Amino acid sequence: MTSQVTSAPPLAPHRRRAVLRQALVVGAATGLYGISFGALSVAAGLTFWQTMALSALLFSGGSQFAFVGVVAAGGAGSAAVATATLLGVRNGLYGLQMSGPLRVRGPRRLAAAQLTIDESTAVGVVQPEPSGRRLGFWATGAAVFVCWNLMTAVGAMVGDALGDTRRFGLDAMAAAAFLALLWPRLRGAEPWAVAVVAAAVAIVCVPALPPGLPVIAAAVVAVAVGTARAGRAERARRGTTA
Amino acid sequence: MNLWTAVLLASGLAYLTKLAGYLVPGGLLTGRATARALALLPVALLAALVGVQTVSAPGPSLVLDARLAGVAAAAVALLLRAPFLLVLVVAAGVAALTRAVGWAA
Repeated sequence: MTSQVTSAPPLAPHRRRAVLRQALVVGAATGLYGISFGALSVAAGLTFWQTMALSALLFSGGSQFAFVGVVAAGGAGSAAVATATLLGVRNGLYGLQMSGPLRVRGPRRLAAAQLTIDESTAVGVVQPEPSGRRLGFWATGAAVFVCWNLMTAVGAMVGDALGDTRRFGLDAMAAAAFLALLWPRLRGAEPWAVAVVAAAVAIVCVPALPPGLPVIAAAVVAVAVGTARAGRAERARRGTTA
Repeated sequence: MNLWTAVLLASGLAYLTKLAGYLVPGGLLTGRATARALALLPVALLAALVGVQTVSAPGPSLVLDARLAGVAAAAVALLLRAPFLLVLVVAAGVAALTRAVGWAA
């Protein structure tokens, strides 16, 4: 996997094992909640193969949960696409971060792009040495891809068999999934403020806008507020009033 | 939009977003305000999704039901550092129980 880079020293065997172990643990843990995605997706009205297409092709947990969430609420396909795409913008930033350490070209770059998600980037960037960063990214991306797709299939079949999913609280599970994805990002006052504003705006908009749009409206408002606050703080530090 | 069209369109856009990170020259998105807004975007979207998924009902309208109990239980589980899957199981279990005993719809 690192043969194309001749300048970097090879990874020591014990480091190689450590990185691979980390990748497998993250892959297995992520795969487990692929079960919940599969079940929620078929409960939202997607077919088994549409559910599988999202896991294999879209392959970004948050965006996938958002997509089926909008569909479950009766939202238009375009609203589902817009919400999923906005939530996936961070993957572009991860690509920006990983393109340096990975140094990929051609087909390998196309493969790296598909595997560029929260987990592969997180395991990749924390490794101290360049060869470790590459192995961490590729191994975690591959492990998550395999586990996530297998467990999505299991979840989709289980969800199909469940029938009335509200009886099992699957609708609450959807909201909890977003809360769990949000939780690690709530460090500091600013993310909290943005989260509270976004949730409040979205809830107020629910009766007024078609399903799917309240989330997008809330995101726009919250990011604008957050950016404006940051801009004011920055100007205050510089002592200018511009 | 047909559901298959939406699935494939969302997948295509997701892939192009990922690929764009490898294609744009470094330093293009490093402006302080841009970086901050992009970092806050997932926070805003996820929080909005939590709110909408917890209290929205077909109509569309707002309703307080067993989902609220489930999400509150999930928050407690997260405070106790429970792993992702356990958080979801707790949320579903509490909501299902709340419905089973008839405390909420």
